[in-house]
Amino acid sequence: MVAHSLALPMICFTTLWGLVGIVAPIFVPKGPNRGVIITSLILTAVCCYLFWLIAILAQTNPLFGPQLKNETIWYLRYFWE
Amino acid sequence: MKIQHLRFTCLLSDDIATFAGPPLSQTCEVSAVGTAHSLCLPQAGGTGGVTSELNPTVNSFQRKFVTEIKRCEEMERILGYLLREIKKSDIPLPEGEVNPVAPLPKHVMEQLQRLESELSEVTRNKEKLQKNLLELTEYTHMLQITRNFRETRQTHYEEFPFLEKDSMMDYTSMQRLGAKLGFISGLIQQVKIEAFERMLWRVCKGYTILSYAEINECLQNPDTGEVTRSVVFLISYWGDQIGQKVKKICDCYHCHLYPYPSSNEERTDVVNGLRSRIQDLHTVLHRTEDYLRQVLNKASESVYTWVIQVKKMKAIYHILNLCSFDVTNKCLIAEVWCPVNDLSVLRKALEDCSRKSGATVPSFVNRIPSSDIPPTLIRTNKFTSGFQNIVDAYGVGSYREVNPAPYTIITFPFLFAVMFGDLGHGLIMSLFALWMVIYENDRKLKRSRNEFWNTFYDGRYIILMMGLFSIYTGLIYNDCFSKSLNIFGSSWSVRAIWHSSTLSFILMVNTNAFLTLDPNVTGVFNGPYPFGIDPIWNMASNRLTFLNSYKMKMSVILGIIHMTFGVVLGGINHIHFRKKFNLFLMLIPELLFLLFLFGYLVFMVVFKWLAFSAANSQAAPSILIHFINMFLMQGDTIPHLYSGQKTLQVFLLVIALLAVPVLLLGKPVYLYWLHKGQNRFGVYRVSGYERVRRTSEEEMSLMRAHDMEEGSNHDSLTSSFDFADIFLHQSIHTIEYCLGCVSNTASYLRLWALSLAHAQLSEVLWAMVMRVGLRVGSRVGILFLVPVFGLFAVLTVSILLVMEGLSAFLHALRLHWVEFQNKFYSGAGTKFSPFAFSLIHTGFENDGLPL
Repeated sequence: MVAHSLALPMICFTTLWGLVGIVAPIFVPKGPNRGVIITSLILTAVCCYLFWLIAILAQTNPLFGPQLKNETIWYLRYFWE
Repeated sequence: MKIQHLRFTCLLSDDIATFAGPPLSQTCEVSAVGTAHSLCLPQAGGTGGVTSELNPTVNSFQRKFVTEIKRCEEMERILGYLLREIKKSDIPLPEGEVNPVAPLPKHVMEQLQRLESELSEVTRNKEKLQKNLLELTEYTHMLQITRNFRETRQTHYEEFPFLEKDSMMDYTSMQRLGAKLGFISGLIQQVKIEAFERMLWRVCKGYTILSYAEINECLQNPDTGEVTRSVVFLISYWGDQIGQKVKKICDCYHCHLYPYPSSNEERTDVVNGLRSRIQDLHTVLHRTEDYLRQVLNKASESVYTWVIQVKKMKAIYHILNLCSFDVTNKCLIAEVWCPVNDLSVLRKALEDCSRKSGATVPSFVNRIPSSDIPPTLIRTNKFTSGFQNIVDAYGVGSYREVNPAPYTIITFPFLFAVMFGDLGHGLIMSLFALWMVIYENDRKLKRSRNEFWNTFYDGRYIILMMGLFSIYTGLIYNDCFSKSLNIFGSSWSVRAIWHSSTLSFILMVNTNAFLTLDPNVTGVFNGPYPFGIDPIWNMASNRLTFLNSYKMKMSVILGIIHMTFGVVLGGINHIHFRKKFNLFLMLIPELLFLLFLFGYLVFMVVFKWLAFSAANSQAAPSILIHFINMFLMQGDTIPHLYSGQKTLQVFLLVIALLAVPVLLLGKPVYLYWLHKGQNRFGVYRVSGYERVRRTSEEEMSLMRAHDMEEGSNHDSLTSSFDFADIFLHQSIHTIEYCLGCVSNTASYLRLWALSLAHAQLSEVLWAMVMRVGLRVGSRVGILFLVPVFGLFAVLTVSILLVMEGLSAFLHALRLHWVEFQNKFYSGAGTKFSPFAFSLIHTGFENDGLPL
């Protein structure tokens, strides 16, 4: 169906979570909560990026494919493609 | 006016922001003198900065301010009575937050006592009037109804004079009996009238005539407040003895007896008199009720203020009881813990109150050295306090160690979301939490009596974070109420199957019930889905095979990273407590062991993902077998993943295994060597023992002098170095760590298990409930779908949101408490609980009584 590359999402999401985790902490305003907010931003970026990365790496080289019912295949053939 | 000197002796502590760790301790002496203690303590209470040491030697009943506390309790009783009266007369109480200053108790006490006496007097009068009114009303009714009897009975009574005239014998015989006709009239409750009648018949055997009739209106009994129906009766009897018996029976049945008028004129006179008296009574009653209302109205304006003031006073006196008097019996001394940063605030508060109360000698604060461990203070705001409570539930942090709470803010909702991962459910959860957060200042929400609701309300920020992360993981898992979203277009192409085969599409589809898409065939698989799991897997029957493998590996990777983070935080602890040797003797071996074995496992997982594709899928090895072989050092039995694998694995294994004895023996041996070195040179060095605390300069010099006096053999006692103890601790720690690495890594597999359970439950609910409704034809289906959707919604909320939510919450909590915090957190401290008015609960229960 749709061809997806690995490189484009990799660049996109790496920059996105890089912005959240590395660039955004610089702009947090000074206040009593500054430390907590910076910690939260970095941890959020790390967790979310890692989670997405695992999902995409697990699917780059699939060792087997989905087993579909013939009705499903028929539907996919004519409605998804 | 009595002059009171307050001398606070405090141990001060620096506090840094929440994530770096609890306060530092220093010792210093500050002294404060204050007048009018009741002014100073509220000042301190307002700042919320100090906590007191208990004074254990004095019995609580002997303490000075016990009478004051009793007085406060008396005031609370009066206030309770006031509130009840106000509620009874349905006067609205003012809403809103009040925060009055705590006054001296005498003023409030006088006011309250006056109010109470006034109120009780008025209520008593009112009751008396009401009783009076009832009696008069009953009498009126009775007169009216008996008049009716009289008129119907007129014929009967005519007989008697007839009898009299008829025969002389009868007349004389009657006179001889001394028979006289008498009447008794009154009221009795309706339920008792039949029994009354029967009793009369049995006792008097026909010498009485009873006639009765019901009163139409219901009268209120002032004693009990009940409304009862009453019956008016008239008894006519002959003879005095019978009369006495009848009177006794009437007493037994609690009848209200009223005098029976003998003639009609008397009757009308009495009726008129009664009527005017009743009218007068009504007016008087109205006036009384109005006055009562007025009094209560006035009281209701300030009753809440008084309640809070009394509470504050009581708290102050409790704290003052913990102080002790000094030698001159004119000063109050309190020993408190105070954070170093707040010392200036405390001083300023004491100065202010000294000025306000106009004392000649000011209060002061003195720092004194102490060898006790200070309590742990961590400042939180409304957002972080929930997460801090989660950490504190496991154990309050030891003084000045790393606080895991700021990291828990993100990792706890994240691990919850990994187990909960559903877009739709996460959305509902977030909306619920968002509603609670937006309306968090609503008084009704804040102070509910329902325990369950309070639990949810207190954790509203936690639930919000969990919901938001669940939305994200739901997007990655591509699971929304068990359905997948196809945002970017699936990577798997069906058309390509039969392009490469010789059969036609229709024939292939018709002959095979299931077809597996083979990624080896060109065009079938077109690159990884850019965000999350490909939507085609939702429709595949071998979906779980793929998802299980993916989720298990994900759990192990996340677990090992989480644990490594925990070990690193432990390293920060070592740096902070200036035990540099711990870095080399504990942190490095621990990290080597964890990363070289389990980090290598993670590496293998990722390597297999990248290096092996469908083309060489036959050769794709099982990671687990490779891992086991690594330990058994049998690298030759199976084809290796990459060149040089065997040597690398042996290297890693050897280093990791060497790290264990270093971990086991390094620290005890080093400490022993250090200690031995001291003895020989006679220098007292502050070594980084876990037991010896950092003391002030004076104490150090004292100890040094002491040592030199008593010789070096005293050293072992003062420094209390016990090699066996340290070795035991270290060996336990080593065994726990090494075995824990294996078991905790496996424990993280619950991330996979729970997310699988959630997905399956969601799917079952959809298939069994919603799909049944959607499959019905459209005419009936429109109506049928409404209850079906209702059932689906109820089951989703109760099973998937509440039950699965609690389950995932619990398991995420366990992962944090055991697997994560075991790596670095000791949690053996006490909480800093300051005396602060904001912490006194000033809410009210539903019936208006103060809590």
